Amino acid sequence: MTDGDDPGTDVTDDDDPGTDSAGSRARSRTDERGRIRITGFDADRVRDRDPLSERGDEAAGGTNGGTAAEMDGRWRRGLRRFGRNRSAMTALAIVVSMATVSLLARPVEVLGVVVQPFALAPYDPTTILYLSVDPSVSPYDPPSWRFPMGVDGSGRDLFSRVLVGGRYSISIGFVVVGLTASFGLAYGAISGYYGGVVDEVMMRIVDVVFAFPGLVLALVVVATLGGGYWQLVVAFSLFGWAGYARLVRGEVLSIAEREYVVAAKAIGARDRAVIRRHVAPNALSPLVVLASLNVGSVVIGVAALGFLGLGMDPSTAEWGTMLDATRETLIQGPGGRIPWWATVYPGGAIFVFVLAMNVIGDGINDALDARTTGVGRDGRGGRKERDGGDRGDRGGDES
Amino acid sequence: MSLRRFVVRRALSVVPVLFGVSVITFGLFHLTPGDPVSQLVALNPDVSAAEEARLRERWGLSGPVWRQYLAWLSNVLVGDFGRELRTGRAVSGILWRRLPETIVLGVFGWAFAIAIAIPAGIYAAVNKGRLGDVAARVLALSGVSIPNFWLGLLLILVLSLYLGLFPVLPPSRLPLYHPETLRYLLLPGVTIGTAAAASVTRVMRTSMAEELNEEYVTAARARGLPERTVVFKHVLRNSLVSVVTLAATLTAGIVAGSVVVESVFNWPGLGSEFVRAIDRREVNVVMAITLVTAVAVVLANLLADVLYAVLDPRIRYD
Amino acid sequence: MTAVLEVEDLTVRFYTEEGVVTAVDGLSYRIEAGETFGVVGESGAGKSVAALSVLGLIDSPGRIEGGEVRFEGEDLLSMDESELRSVRGDEVGTVFQDARAALNPVYTVGEQIAETIEHHLGYPPSAARDRAIRLLDRVGIADAETRYSDYPHEFSGGMCQRAAIAMALSCDPELIVADEPTTALDVTVEARILDLLAELADEFDVAVQLVTHDLGVIAGTCDRAMVMYAGEAVETAPIEELYYDPKHPYTAGLMSAIPRVGDDDDRLPTIPGTMPDPIDPPPGCRFHPRCPFAEEACTRTDPALVDPETGEAATLDDDRAAACLEYTEGLSGGLDYSVEVAGGTGEHVEKTIDERDEGGPDE
Repeated sequence: MTDGDDPGTDVTDDDDPGTDSAGSRARSRTDERGRIRITGFDADRVRDRDPLSERGDEAAGGTNGGTAAEMDGRWRRGLRRFGRNRSAMTALAIVVSMATVSLLARPVEVLGVVVQPFALAPYDPTTILYLSVDPSVSPYDPPSWRFPMGVDGSGRDLFSRVLVGGRYSISIGFVVVGLTASFGLAYGAISGYYGGVVDEVMMRIVDVVFAFPGLVLALVVVATLGGGYWQLVVAFSLFGWAGYARLVRGEVLSIAEREYVVAAKAIGARDRAVIRRHVAPNALSPLVVLASLNVGSVVIGVAALGFLGLGMDPSTAEWGTMLDATRETLIQGPGGRIPWWATVYPGGAIFVFVLAMNVIGDGINDALDARTTGVGRDGRGGRKERDGGDRGDRGGDES
Repeated sequence: MSLRRFVVRRALSVVPVLFGVSVITFGLFHLTPGDPVSQLVALNPDVSAAEEARLRERWGLSGPVWRQYLAWLSNVLVGDFGRELRTGRAVSGILWRRLPETIVLGVFGWAFAIAIAIPAGIYAAVNKGRLGDVAARVLALSGVSIPNFWLGLLLILVLSLYLGLFPVLPPSRLPLYHPETLRYLLLPGVTIGTAAAASVTRVMRTSMAEELNEEYVTAARARGLPERTVVFKHVLRNSLVSVVTLAATLTAGIVAGSVVVESVFNWPGLGSEFVRAIDRREVNVVMAITLVTAVAVVLANLLADVLYAVLDPRIRYD
Repeated sequence: MTAVLEVEDLTVRFYTEEGVVTAVDGLSYRIEAGETFGVVGESGAGKSVAALSVLGLIDSPGRIEGGEVRFEGEDLLSMDESELRSVRGDEVGTVFQDARAALNPVYTVGEQIAETIEHHLGYPPSAARDRAIRLLDRVGIADAETRYSDYPHEFSGGMCQRAAIAMALSCDPELIVADEPTTALDVTVEARILDLLAELADEFDVAVQLVTHDLGVIAGTCDRAMVMYAGEAVETAPIEELYYDPKHPYTAGLMSAIPRVGDDDDRLPTIPGTMPDPIDPPPGCRFHPRCPFAEEACTRTDPALVDPETGEAATLDDDRAAACLEYTEGLSGGLDYSVEVAGGTGEHVEKTIDERDEGGPDE
């Protein structure tokens, strides 16, 4: 901002209080003797000669690429940094293996055709052990070699149920986030890019959606539609996009001001092209961070509905639903014994998955953080060293 | 713009949002098949067609949708949320009885969150990279990841069942003003506040660490101010701004959390009433609680924005 | 003349993920009471780090590794935090590059000035407020009484910098460290702020360490100046001599790169290349990869800062020093740049360093 811009300053730097005092003593000195010019400092000599030492040629500085190349580099750099982040990589391994295990735990049939034949779980999650496997098993048997997580209140193998139990929550988590993030991206990009009345109306709608806590709305939707897989997807998707929309709109507003977007508009690029080529890619990295963190909250939400007895059928092997089934017995305790395993393992599975998802989200955030990737070589004065230092600090965080 | 004008303008902007909230609440229940009357009829097959029509008339369920909406809205505005279908009790009476329980729980949750998170966030940011910071970060990350219903069950399991420190579940609870209530309040309050505490710690730590890198901090140190003044006067107020922006979202989280946590602990507030009403298809109760919830979040949002403007003078000028 | 500040062999390193950055490497200089001392160099030369280290304001992962910083005879580096704090803001004021960023956005400008006064001078709030208002008035802020309660965002950039100067002066310091105080400002505002600074330095009889990347800023305000390159001082000289008789090729390069109105040259001469990687600086003279006069010897020997006349190692008391092998071993090609001074009457004074220094003492 220049001084003239500020309407509040009636007297600004324009009328200066003391230019011609002794203050400018030094200035006059050099002026008196006229202009100085250096000759003979011939830069071409450096460019033309052979480098004096093996690392001599500092003259060949790198040049900046266009936006596309920059973006590309940013994602690649982010990927590399993510790869170096040990806790995030561990978390990624946990998420991948939990998802894989829940898929491979029992065979999957689609329309009567077996598409996934593996069965890692020792028992079928709905098998009541004392009826068909071993009559000596009774409900709430503690963990043993045969049943590593114990037996639940209906005499079913908890280990098998926990392995399978991720199917619903995890897949709903990813499906919901995929749907809501795509819709939110489009919604926010349109709102931010067009601005004006369009933006105003679209953002008021977002405000309204934001007024309802996600879980409350999901409960209402499930109450009217009933429980079930796709009903849960609808329940969490219907209003879950608002966060993405608001985030993307904010990003778009700040990006739309930047020179290359203004330039693209000025040379007459069509709106859709500008959004797709310039605006959306930039808004993408915070979107990815939010999405990765949101998978965890949807998983918790699905489990919470299950826990409240509203998600899936009560006998379903789903983490939250399993906790609901054990709630009453936990409180009363059958015959003085407390079947802690029926509470600890299903809930622990949710916790570990969500924790890993959040660690991944944090890792993506650190890896794509515009503040660190944006540090160029154009530091001001000695600040460059500090930026470098900040990165060192961050490195410490990761381990 | 003065602070007062900012507040007035912001308060006025709440009106269209509240209108939208009422439309969505109404729409959610009335665009789906099966209004309260047909449910009532299903419960009681002796109702004649004439009686059914009269009931619809009386409950404002006849005529075009917009007229039904207006009838509902005008009733709601004077505090009439209709009646429970099974018992015929006024929904507003249920609201008034349950609301204080939930408010007490929510306020306790918030207080717990603030009391833990602000000091923890400051500590972690100031000691960035050291052991205490790592511990705070791991705890905070666990706190945002733990499902509140599981946390509640674990607390009951360990503290009540194994250690016997707290009453398991109150068969009939003492009134709120009774001093014993605090013992019942502690576990659900901590459970509901944990997520908020963890989020605030994370935000506080990040924003504080960011603010500590700002030039004005170096400048304040260059002026010879003691580190205490720099951190608690200069940096803290700036970092609180980010916490305040988060406050509305967290309040929504606590409101949603109350639904689950009250069910875990049999806390007789709006949340457990909500679940019960959904179970029993008491549409009027569900609608009323949905609406109250949304209004509470909108008001929390307003409050957060005002606080924001108080803390950061730049906001008032936008 | 007595020295206000004497810095001797200051070394500052940053321990980063990529490696150890030696931001300031064995830097020595002195500032005398009441004088304005310029520190000039390109971005990344370590000027700002040096200025901040003097006050112990380097944050982790930066560390002051060695040297002495004597302020009025006392070593600041051996002081503990609380002793150092009583010097900062009280006896040494600081002005930062971006004045708006250096002010806390959530407190009024006046409050922040008064806060410093209350803290160091023990004034009661109302007296501190009066003093702050007088200072704001003195640095040329109109209606200072009202402006006292304005927030930084209500000030223009130039006014912020004026307020920052008022803050630096608020406790009658002996020295003001100004770190690129005008870089963020418009050219017209810059000139006024520099004049104000010079004027107040005179009036308050305070020494100024003026850090800048702009030789033009130095020319107008400083008595003496030091040129830094890659963490080291390469030349120190009284301001006139620096301009009319630069001894180091880097100084000459900086000066040839100043654009001038009316130059008929179609291309602005620049120093080729960029500042070397601070983690792994080039061997020998750090400037050699960019120096048109560099020879094989420059890749091997790191030149010491010497008196260019005698070739003897420079001390803190020397006004004139340069770090180029030409003044110790001598370069076979010499430094064949020259300074032309075009006076108003069109007369040409030409002086070739090459001639004078041919056959230096150490040859």
